Amino acid sequence: MAKPASNFSRRMNDLGNWIDQRLPVSAFWKATMTGYYAPKNFNFWYYLGSLALLVLVMQILTGIFLTMHYKPSAAEAFASVEYIMRDVEWGWLIRYMHSTGASFFFIVVYLHMFRSLLYGSHRAPRELLWVFGMLIYLCLMAEAFFGYVLPWGQMSYWGAQVIINLFGAIPVIGEPLTEWIRGDYFISDATLNRFFALHVIALPLLLLGLVLLHLVALRENGSNNPDGIEIKKNKGEDGNPVDGIPFHPYYTVKDIFGVAMFLLIFAFVIFFWPEAGGLFLEHDNFVPADPLVTPEHIKPVWYFTPYYAILKAVPDKLMGVILMGLAVVILFFLPWLDRSPVKSIRYKGIGYKLLLAMFAIAFVRLGMLGMAEGTPAQTIEMRVWTFVYFGFFVLLFFLSPKMKTKPVPERLTH
Amino acid sequence: MSSDGSPEGVNNGRRRFLVATTSAVGAVGAGAAAVPFVKSWNPSAKAQAVGAPVEVSVRELEPGQLMKVQWRGQTIGILRRTEQEISDLPLVDGELRDPDSAESIQPEYAQNEVRSIRDEYLVVNMHCTHLGCVPALNNKSNPPPGVDDWEGGFYCPCHKSRFDMAGRVYKGVPAPTNLTIPPYAFVDDETVLIGVDPEGLA
Amino acid sequence: MRRSRLTFAALAATAALVFSHVALAAGGGGYVEHSGVNTRDVAAAQRGAKIFVNYCLSCHSASYMRYNRLAEDLGLSEEMVMQNLMFSDAKIGDTMDIAMPAAKAEEWFGKAPPDLSLIARSRGVDWLYSYMKGFYRDETGGWNNLLLPNAAMPHVLWQLQGIQEPLYHTVHGEDVIEKLVLVEPGEQTEDEYAHTVRDLVTFLDYLSEPSKLKRKSVGIWVMLFLAFFAFLTYLLKAEYWRDVH
Repeated sequence: MAKPASNFSRRMNDLGNWIDQRLPVSAFWKATMTGYYAPKNFNFWYYLGSLALLVLVMQILTGIFLTMHYKPSAAEAFASVEYIMRDVEWGWLIRYMHSTGASFFFIVVYLHMFRSLLYGSHRAPRELLWVFGMLIYLCLMAEAFFGYVLPWGQMSYWGAQVIINLFGAIPVIGEPLTEWIRGDYFISDATLNRFFALHVIALPLLLLGLVLLHLVALRENGSNNPDGIEIKKNKGEDGNPVDGIPFHPYYTVKDIFGVAMFLLIFAFVIFFWPEAGGLFLEHDNFVPADPLVTPEHIKPVWYFTPYYAILKAVPDKLMGVILMGLAVVILFFLPWLDRSPVKSIRYKGIGYKLLLAMFAIAFVRLGMLGMAEGTPAQTIEMRVWTFVYFGFFVLLFFLSPKMKTKPVPERLTH
Repeated sequence: MSSDGSPEGVNNGRRRFLVATTSAVGAVGAGAAAVPFVKSWNPSAKAQAVGAPVEVSVRELEPGQLMKVQWRGQTIGILRRTEQEISDLPLVDGELRDPDSAESIQPEYAQNEVRSIRDEYLVVNMHCTHLGCVPALNNKSNPPPGVDDWEGGFYCPCHKSRFDMAGRVYKGVPAPTNLTIPPYAFVDDETVLIGVDPEGLA
Repeated sequence: MRRSRLTFAALAATAALVFSHVALAAGGGGYVEHSGVNTRDVAAAQRGAKIFVNYCLSCHSASYMRYNRLAEDLGLSEEMVMQNLMFSDAKIGDTMDIAMPAAKAEEWFGKAPPDLSLIARSRGVDWLYSYMKGFYRDETGGWNNLLLPNAAMPHVLWQLQGIQEPLYHTVHGEDVIEKLVLVEPGEQTEDEYAHTVRDLVTFLDYLSEPSKLKRKSVGIWVMLFLAFFAFLTYLLKAEYWRDVH
């Protein structure tokens, strides 16, 4: 019995060698997996990168299958989504995976970004890594916005109306610009058709390219870690970081566990709570788009509402749009705004902890207020949190070099 | 480090077992997850509704006449054969590739000499089993142009395949099998329901 | 360990905050009652289907719903559906359409009656339940509704419910409807009518998402499988990480 087995493994080995002489498979595997050393103290926050990649793959896969049944025309779009939900075998599952996946993408990405603020992962030498990440985030926002228009429900229609009209605030070119984006004098078939093209091919390609850049930039310096220490500064006799462990098998098995836990939560929402109480699938979007009837309460999907709240907080249209844009753009500069001598929150003083906590609360609270109806009291609250949101960056820039820090250890703590 | 490169005190058996188990269960999960995607390509409820059985009245059909109807995008022919045509069918058996319809597609109740439920009516999918063209009906008295030894039957204009009056294919033509017989049933003497077996009738 | 516990506490608190907010926002107006609709109650959905085709389907369509799907999901035979629920010459695979053209409907009602396929998803079951109980005869002698003032729709179930009229009270100098009182009894008692409406709304709930029951039953198996898979991956991870600790 032993002989055929070894014969088989020898043949597989030969095949492996044959391929390796033509395509550097095992060299790639070594460079990115077994020979790639990552800090050994990753915690919960370090699952999120691989999970974002998982969600991206799932969105592309389910998206391809939805495209097979969806009709990008104003007359047929809404009905074709219901066709998927009812007439296509298992279509409802594929659609829920995609709609839930969109929201989970943002949950994962927001947590992933927050991780950087905790441990200084955006600080030197990883500024470009952060910038690519921000570009992914921008691209994702556009992707989600275009995708939300496709079901052609009331929220799709009026959400697109509001967001496209934001461009109208730009002096002089605003009006012609909105017309150019729509391809018509109102949101119409032409608009839907081009948004479909952007959603299913243009932006996904861009997204994949940016993700590749993000990964290449990551591998250049390696991952940061909860202690914010560069493990490559402390190498052992074998040339590998003393505090590092090979990505494979240690982080592959750990990430698989993370994937399983993530899928458990993801499946729960898909199968038992796909509307998420109107957060992931809005009630008004089950009414077909009607240019003649405006819904009582227009709001974007939850992941845009923090910025929407900033827009609503400003009484001037142009200023509101500028401030909203600034709220996103300023994130690009975070690596240079934080001037603290240490990276990780573990070795920063109470000052940074308070600042970051206020920022996080402001972001969540703005998100909730962005969804709300908008009473006068809420408008005042939105202004307060908008002030806190921007205050974070200003205070960070001026106070971070002076704030008290703790001594950073030489080696990773466990 | 031990000889195989793993640290001392490692239970390699347990590791191999866990890797194998996790991989196997993961593969089962991935396989199960693929099922909905594969099945989403099946004809949808809408396609099934459009492809529902078609009811055809044969009251007006004269002996020797052919009528065509569409069912699931296919051209279905209903041919009312004359007494003579029915009794002539066995005469050509020797020239046919599959006279007993052993290798051709038809419901069990149409796998007989006349390839039909009732001798008179041939219900047949008209698409040639070669490449899907629709052959024409040429009675014995009306041979296709340029064909002299004609016993009556179907003649495909695309690649000259020949079938007899029961849709059975002749030897020496490109079509591999007899014309396909769709499921069908008689609702009454004058009405045929195409797309449903006789026992499927309520 | 302490750090990650803090992290999770913070995440959980944020999630709780956000979702309590959503629950609050979804509450709706003052006249909405709890409907007590149970999606799993197939018998109620069957009775509701009967009410739906008798009272609603002449003006409202449900043009995404196929009759044969209805038969399958509600445990009825196709013959039963054809005999009891189909009055037009539609085929069993057809959708629940109506003969009334939209343009004519607009002329008669001022507004074309909306398709009801998804009404339970856009309005919610409690709203629909309260709406069907909220019709009253106003001062003009015409029909009005608590939840949708000046609704174009007449009270089609009035023979069952009877006729209600409003009882006002004054709040800040304005007359506000305190409640509706039955001035003319119908064929059904108040309790019976509540059941009728609940049955109808149960059907509308089914109609809005026919795959809901299947979704939940498949979901349980998926969750069990993933829990097992997660357990295995945990063992695998723990086994390899013994090298590190």
